[in-house]
Amino acid sequence: MQVPAPFDYERATSVDDAISKLERLGEEARLVAGGHSLIPMMKLRLTDLEYLIDINDLHDELGYVRVGVDEVRIGAMTRHRELLESPELAAVFPIFADAEQVIADPVVRNRGTIGGSLCQADPSEDLTAVCTALDASCVIRSSSGERVVSMEDFHRGPYETAVGQAEILTEVRLPVRPGGSSAYAKVERRAGDWAVTSAGAAVWMTDGVITNARVGLAAVGPNTAGIPAISELMQGKPPSEELYAQAGELASAACNPSTDNRGTVEYKRHLADELTRRTLRTAVQRIEAGLAGDEGGNR
Amino acid sequence: MTALDKSVQEAAVEHEDLEHADNDKTPLGHGRMLRKEDPRFIRGMGRYVDDLQLNGMLHLAILRSPVAHANIVSIDVSAAQAHPKVKAVITGADLAAQGLAWMPTLSNDVQAVLATDRVRFQGQEVAFVVAEDRYSARDALELIDVEYDVLPPVVDVRKALAPDAEVIRTDLEGKKDNHCFDWETGDKDATEAVFAKADVVVKQDIVYPRVHPAPMETCGCVADYERVSGQLTLWTTSQAPHAHRTVYALVSGLPEHKIRVIAPDIGGGFGNKVPIYPGYVCAIVASLVIGKPVKWMEDRTENLVSTGFARDYVMQGEIAATKEGKILAIRTHVLADHGAFNGTAAPIKYPAGFFGVFTGSYDLEAAYCSMTAVYTNKAPGGVAYACSFRITEAVYLVERIVDCLAYELEMDPVELRKKNFIQPDQFPYTTKTGWVYDSGDYERAMDVALEMAGYDDLRREQEEKRAKGELMGIGVAFFTEAVGAGPRKDMDILGLGMADGSELRVHPTGKAVLRVSCMSQGQGHETTFAQIVAEEIGIPVADIQVVNGDTDQTPFGLGTYGSRSTPVSGAAAALVARKVRDKAQIIASGMLEVSVADLEWQKGSFQVKGDPGRSVTIQDIAMRAHGAGDLPEGIEGGLEAQICYNPSNLTYPFGAYICVVDIDPGTAEVKVRRFVAVDDCGTRINPMIIEGQVHGGLTDGIGMALMEMISFDEDGNCIAGSLMDYLIPTALETPHWETGHTVTPSPHHPIGAKGVGESATVGSPPAIVNAVVDALKPYGIRHADMPLTPSRVWDAMQGHPTPPI
Repeated sequence: MQVPAPFDYERATSVDDAISKLERLGEEARLVAGGHSLIPMMKLRLTDLEYLIDINDLHDELGYVRVGVDEVRIGAMTRHRELLESPELAAVFPIFADAEQVIADPVVRNRGTIGGSLCQADPSEDLTAVCTALDASCVIRSSSGERVVSMEDFHRGPYETAVGQAEILTEVRLPVRPGGSSAYAKVERRAGDWAVTSAGAAVWMTDGVITNARVGLAAVGPNTAGIPAISELMQGKPPSEELYAQAGELASAACNPSTDNRGTVEYKRHLADELTRRTLRTAVQRIEAGLAGDEGGNR
Repeated sequence: MTALDKSVQEAAVEHEDLEHADNDKTPLGHGRMLRKEDPRFIRGMGRYVDDLQLNGMLHLAILRSPVAHANIVSIDVSAAQAHPKVKAVITGADLAAQGLAWMPTLSNDVQAVLATDRVRFQGQEVAFVVAEDRYSARDALELIDVEYDVLPPVVDVRKALAPDAEVIRTDLEGKKDNHCFDWETGDKDATEAVFAKADVVVKQDIVYPRVHPAPMETCGCVADYERVSGQLTLWTTSQAPHAHRTVYALVSGLPEHKIRVIAPDIGGGFGNKVPIYPGYVCAIVASLVIGKPVKWMEDRTENLVSTGFARDYVMQGEIAATKEGKILAIRTHVLADHGAFNGTAAPIKYPAGFFGVFTGSYDLEAAYCSMTAVYTNKAPGGVAYACSFRITEAVYLVERIVDCLAYELEMDPVELRKKNFIQPDQFPYTTKTGWVYDSGDYERAMDVALEMAGYDDLRREQEEKRAKGELMGIGVAFFTEAVGAGPRKDMDILGLGMADGSELRVHPTGKAVLRVSCMSQGQGHETTFAQIVAEEIGIPVADIQVVNGDTDQTPFGLGTYGSRSTPVSGAAAALVARKVRDKAQIIASGMLEVSVADLEWQKGSFQVKGDPGRSVTIQDIAMRAHGAGDLPEGIEGGLEAQICYNPSNLTYPFGAYICVVDIDPGTAEVKVRRFVAVDDCGTRINPMIIEGQVHGGLTDGIGMALMEMISFDEDGNCIAGSLMDYLIPTALETPHWETGHTVTPSPHHPIGAKGVGESATVGSPPAIVNAVVDALKPYGIRHADMPLTPSRVWDAMQGHPTPPI
């Protein structure tokens, strides 16, 4: 059994309480939500902290999916399983169900949260790519108030985000625009493995013409701007296989993978291309079918 | 009644119902039945080493080398010793002072218990801490300060013998290189002559990468040395408790009768729990020094980076044939990576295990293998990981190279195999490397598999799919295994002959206890062995308790690995039961007042020939054997016997496997769609258990073929130190297994049974790889090495399949 180094443990009762604990305990304190990344790192003694502030009691306050007319708001403590099983969310953003089906395994999904995933900022983590495709923004709270940042500003690199020491991510906001749909696809060596490469795409169309398209990639280097070149390429054009292929090439060129046990640089670039094409195609098919639908790109 | 009482009572009732349900279906001997141990395991009531809590028990943790190759400049343990909960900190120097810094391996090499002057692989044991709890023990490890002077590591096996390679084994006097051993088998000249006359010769480099047994339960022990009695009790994760006890006696100098080794429930072994690891010795030393029980349990990383790996063979295969497809000869050279110490678990005369069966299931004119084994800066081992002593590598080699030949001849792989099978009338068949296959009917097993798979339809479907650009592959593999070591004249582990004892005692009421020397790690011995005895002596399976794993409670024997339990201990169980039955017959003759020859055995009772009304049951006889009144002249009271079984030959199970895969042309992901496994393990004692073993082995095969590999970076860092990095398959990667069987009994085994535990692990990797390579035929690919991860399959599709090492 792997055992962590000594640490102190406190439970936060509210967001404000969590913030005041972070302020009181200082740099050596960390928040724990689902714990499926942080706890293994502690047990492997890869991370060193003195205080663990458990925010699972904040699920009542921060566990929600609110689908509005022009915006979806997801509380940071919303569990993967709740994202997977929300028909309201699937109706507007089918990309979530696509992605959540292939994130880890049911045990992890029962505990892991969207906030934890985004804040852990693992380079292979899937929800950053999903949020990138959907042009999300993140609400960060501190004792001096709230600020809202784009994904691009939120994600600073591997394991690094805009969330400061005495701050907490409280909510993810996703704009809802008409005529849109989305899809996600992932290649992994085995169910539950981190992605070799993943891609998420969101497309918006009016009268058979693409008005915007965004692609988020995972595990191939940071990409939190939705690959603007793809948006530029696809805007104002009707969808076609040729267009998807061009977008795939742009995605392949835009990413920055490295060779490891999961695959070579060449293969990962190929997947960025292939999965970009697939997810764009699926998103467009979903728009054309008149639904966001729940038939994932991975099936 | 308290809630607890109530729940206990309900559980008891429920359990009884379960037993009744079983008993209705329980055969009086061989046949399908649920395992007797299932209620215990399913309810979480198994009792494993780490469940053990003893009064005053302390906890041991091991400091391991962070680098692959280095001289130890200094070790400062003062801060660790000052930790308030630490009882002792021991280094290699401390052990060396007691002559305990080194221990023998199972291959007559030596291995450091704790490194003294040099570390030779990442994860090697450097020092240990004993503390009041396991948290403090781990904390104190971080307080030990070791200064290393890093040396160039030998990581690439192909460069281990280069003149400029750093010499790893400086502990061996006069050692000037990293050569471990050379080995050869077969006739080199005869093979060369056959190759010279062959129409077709196909050569292929084939790598079987390093993999790990990765049992669910890691290794560990509790050592308890009683100073007053001088008794050492060791609860440990051992597949071979008796062999371990003898080795501990030889290493520690403690008298063997004062050592008791107990293997409780074991959470999977797969060969990983055959060797003796430094951690066990450290725990024993700690208990001797401190006089308290000491527990050591590995964590997952320790298990993956330091304990016995498997495979790691770089093979060159060559096959010679006529243009019509008659295979004439097979030749191979193997470069074997044995890590820093040669810890291979194999009979001493067989440094390459049973790799000599690389001639497969085919009737050849000649065969030859040469092997060079080397030391590298990697973990030691080379265990019998569900491989029957390297048969996994041998079968993979032959079944791949035969497929390569089929590719070159443009012949169907089934047709090619059938053309070359050893025929039923050729058994017993002596191979060109000297193995005597006991029995077989290969074509029949192959036909059953073809029928189950619908082979011709699959080929038609493949043709249609290929026309549409879809990638579908059909892989065929046929294996012959050699399992059940001894015979003792040829086979021993560290001088201990591979024969197994067994003892059967029938109590006055007709209930029985069977004591066996082999050791279950989840194989279902409590059921299988009770069934073997029930079949012979007619006592219901539920009335037979099987005891294993405690050296004070069981007769001597060499343990469970290499699929040897049923071939050796199973034979012992059958024969000891017959011995008891012979005695029972004499007692029955007295009870029925007839001569022994006038009695006939009806399973469970003796009756007078021609007079079915006059009979006595085995239970009646048991009571009589222990009861008042005279027994026939010369017969002692009691109804029990003990034997030691020395097999006259190995048993040779075989099977035909067919795998169907689909590959996504865009992502190169492999999906195993179907898998048909037809196994022939001779007499089938409990088909459910056999099927379970086959399911497990097939899943294992998917792991090795598609994802598993212990890999290293160029500095010798093991980059497979967690189950996030070392992938083992899940239910989602496995298809519905389609199992079938034929029955060709072993002629020399008392009940005709052969081992089956490792058959599927041996047979499935080539079937899966053959299927993947078959699917990639449109790309002109003849071979691609495991593990066939999407990235590596994609490489192959680009026309450059790369070896994994």
